[in-house]
Amino acid sequence: MGYERQADFGTPEVLSETSISLTIDGRAVTVPAGTSVMRAAAEVDGQIPKLCATDNVAAFGSCRMCLVEVEGMRGTPASCTTPVMDGMVVHTQTPRLEKLRRGVMELYISDHPLDCLTCSANNDCELQDTAAQVGLRDVRYGYEGDNHLGLDTDISNPYFDFDPSKCIACSRCVRACDEVQGTLALTISGRGFASMVSAGQSGDDFLSSECVSCGACVQACPTATLQEKAVKEIGKPERAVITTCAYCGVGCTFRAEMRGEQLVRMVPWKDGKANRGHSCVKGRFAWGYANHQDRVTKPMIRDSIDEPWRVVSWEEALGYTASRLQDIKAKHGARALGGITSSRCTNEETFLVQKLIRAGFGSNNVDTCARVCHSPTGYGLSKTFGTSAGTQDFDSVMDSDVMLLIGANPTDGHPVFASRMKRRLRQGAKLIVIDPRRIDLVRSPHIEAEHHLPLQPGTNVAVLTAMAHVIVTEGLADEAFIKERCDWDEYQDWAQFVSEERHSPETLEPVTRVSADELRKAARLFATGGNGAIYYGLGVTEHSQGSSTVMSIANLAMVTGNIGRRGVGVNPLRGQNNVQGACDMGSFPHELPGYRHISGEAVRKQFEADWGVELDPEPGLRIPNMLDAAVDGSFRALYVQGEDILQSDPNTHHVAAGLKAMELVIVHDLFLNETANYAHVFLPGSTFLEKNGTFTNAERRIQMVRKVMEPANGLEDWEVTQALANAMGLGWTYTHPSEVMDEIARLTPTFAGVSFARLEAEGSLQWPVNDMAPNGSPIMHVDGFVRGKGKFMVTDYVPTDEKTGPRFPLLLTTGRILSQYNVGAQTRRTANTVWHPEDLLEMHPTDAENRGLKDGDWARLASRTGETTLRVTVTDRVAPGVVYTTFHHPATQANVVTTEFSDWATNCPEYKVTAVQILPSNGPTDWQEDYASWSEKSRRILTEAAE
Amino acid sequence: MEIGHLTYMANQIARNLAMQGEGAAVAATYQHLSDFWDPRMKAAILAGDRSGLDPIARAAVEKLAA
Repeated sequence: MGYERQADFGTPEVLSETSISLTIDGRAVTVPAGTSVMRAAAEVDGQIPKLCATDNVAAFGSCRMCLVEVEGMRGTPASCTTPVMDGMVVHTQTPRLEKLRRGVMELYISDHPLDCLTCSANNDCELQDTAAQVGLRDVRYGYEGDNHLGLDTDISNPYFDFDPSKCIACSRCVRACDEVQGTLALTISGRGFASMVSAGQSGDDFLSSECVSCGACVQACPTATLQEKAVKEIGKPERAVITTCAYCGVGCTFRAEMRGEQLVRMVPWKDGKANRGHSCVKGRFAWGYANHQDRVTKPMIRDSIDEPWRVVSWEEALGYTASRLQDIKAKHGARALGGITSSRCTNEETFLVQKLIRAGFGSNNVDTCARVCHSPTGYGLSKTFGTSAGTQDFDSVMDSDVMLLIGANPTDGHPVFASRMKRRLRQGAKLIVIDPRRIDLVRSPHIEAEHHLPLQPGTNVAVLTAMAHVIVTEGLADEAFIKERCDWDEYQDWAQFVSEERHSPETLEPVTRVSADELRKAARLFATGGNGAIYYGLGVTEHSQGSSTVMSIANLAMVTGNIGRRGVGVNPLRGQNNVQGACDMGSFPHELPGYRHISGEAVRKQFEADWGVELDPEPGLRIPNMLDAAVDGSFRALYVQGEDILQSDPNTHHVAAGLKAMELVIVHDLFLNETANYAHVFLPGSTFLEKNGTFTNAERRIQMVRKVMEPANGLEDWEVTQALANAMGLGWTYTHPSEVMDEIARLTPTFAGVSFARLEAEGSLQWPVNDMAPNGSPIMHVDGFVRGKGKFMVTDYVPTDEKTGPRFPLLLTTGRILSQYNVGAQTRRTANTVWHPEDLLEMHPTDAENRGLKDGDWARLASRTGETTLRVTVTDRVAPGVVYTTFHHPATQANVVTTEFSDWATNCPEYKVTAVQILPSNGPTDWQEDYASWSEKSRRILTEAAE
Repeated sequence: MEIGHLTYMANQIARNLAMQGEGAAVAATYQHLSDFWDPRMKAAILAGDRSGLDPIARAAVEKLAA
């Protein structure tokens, strides 16, 4: 599409079953009751001049530009704050209104720079447009009076500037921060003429304030006051392409606004059903990695990891790779080969990688990063409900009365959804937080959790079973729901189990360290507070009982009847942009696309017939098993697309040993990541801006990813995989990812009704999309569970084998921070490092004092597995005995200390519980220094002259 | 595949299924090993020393051998 500003109806959409009919400028209009006159006019293409109104914040009525005349009504009411009434006759353009508007506009312009031609918002400025609309021709007041034109621009934020000289004090930015983002970082300070938009406290600039750089204020600004630096540097975009963000599992859709092949800015798309026009700092601004100097765009090979890389042609790289794969297969068998699909790549690319491994390599040794994040979700929800996905859409939260948030930190990990949660909480919904840390949602402006249960890491199952104990023993179970929807006998067995005294909050308090009284109150609230929705993250899954915890959560939802309608449900907050899709596409070693076990003959035969090969009926190796088998000598070659297992997976030393033991490691990525230090082939990847395809977000929403620029390496990732497959003789002939989606739909019942044509027409679809649900499934298990009857699973608390003791007395738990993403491969290559230049260790004041550590000191973090050093942040956000850090920076390599303990059912690593000791240090460990040196050496690339 | 690690994994699975009662737990552990373990892992635990296996895990492995 060409460049047009997104439609703005002035005030938010109102949903009402009652319709109101009125007349605006002689045109009949019918809109839902409660709609503003301004919006009603916009619905019929009427453009009432406006400045302080925009349709993602509530009407404010301050600018006096949108005045209208209503027959039978005195005065000239503001159309933004005047609701429609039946039979109303509205005039939006009269001599009286013209005069009033022009007079107001004169006042605005008398204190506004007249630099339109050199202004960065020229021709994309609502003030400019409105001046034109009202026919402003001169300003009677002159320009010599007191004004704000000399105010300095705040350039502190790396992505946008704040130029107060251009501000018209419409408060749109302040209201966007309050209502859309929910951070309340902005305010109007001063009174009258001294009124100024202000970030944070007196003396703050945007960077030092509470501002989280979500961009809502920039989007809301009608002038160039808040303006992206990129627009100032490049100019106004000339076209816009709708695409989907490549960061977290929220799956925000954006308008990639372009000039030629240059991306000017990413602006959240108002019609995006996952994000509803909102964004976070990563999706909105942190896309500079796409053109970062570290990006490698040419294929490279080397015979040994001790050698420098040699740049080669695609033909040579693919020929070399295929030849070595075939040699290894001939010598050691197909099961010596495997690969890892990427949750950052598209469904189509992921599908092709698993197809290459199953049909080309000849083994089922395919896994994905969900192994280390949400594999327990797949296991737990399939056992209890019958399907491996969350039950709701994001909009559902607006009907929740009680939210139970466990092991997730949405304001950092899923910030756009967190804003929706906060909006609902501000409306009065209650929040229960179960987390060892006092995350922001426990208490932040206008938000306060009803109950925070700061449990001991590793005791999730105990806490949830204690909650179930309270619900069952106090007669709060929804037996009518259970009798209708679940297996009653299984429920009774489960109820008897949880009712045992050993599961009472009082008995478990010494284990969980959660106040029994508080836990009882939380359980009662969840059971009786109305629509109860459970949201969870990796604090649930990354434990030795991750799968048990997921099943405990499902039990809790079923026992309280909180499944199958809006406002309730079990909602895993997925980490990466397409981790749901990667799982859907058959990335696990035991199942084909659509979560069907490889041993199922009928399903396997269907794939064999379609692909023209015989498939191995036995499950393949999971990632940790691949590494074990590599050390053991039976696993020899690995194709890794878009993952960095050396940095992201636990026990770095073991990962390194596994990779080093392999004969052939193929890394297909944007950068020479840490895993590439152990690779023999580097295949350059393409960014989400350079490819077509689809991502599936945490609400099972399949959305289009659209190419906005040509791949820097010349090929989209699916083309690289196809080229490798063809180098191995597979004869693939896809010409577009839509053909891959057709194959997915042909072979996967839950995707049967999905096609690019439908996605183009409808924007998005939520699987299952098939004959049973032709328009998709925003809410699952509405009339019955996918598996038939919901299954209560008895989940006994089994303590982790990772124990604290005299040598390692503290428990480390890991997570992520707002500005960084996963291993930081993308975000570390953006200006986001201004907020988080290094991983820090959060430590309670008592623990810090006992060790003589102060804020900013270097500390040695040691576990039974390894040690690293990093700086300390002293904070009571963590409980005594618990420390926390992130894993975004390879210089820290936090996973050098995490262990190989893992979830019993899925081998998802127990990242959240590592016994550690912390002592003062004076700098990096020997290992860190050695690794940095080795890493630098491993990244050497032979120059042409050297060749 | 290192037998100690596989033994630990099998025991961990069995421990988490033990609440189902011995018979059901053995069946569930066996099914889990069948469904999720790669052939070389199964072969290794079948060929390895089973003395470290807990009773439920051992019974499940014996069922796998049958």
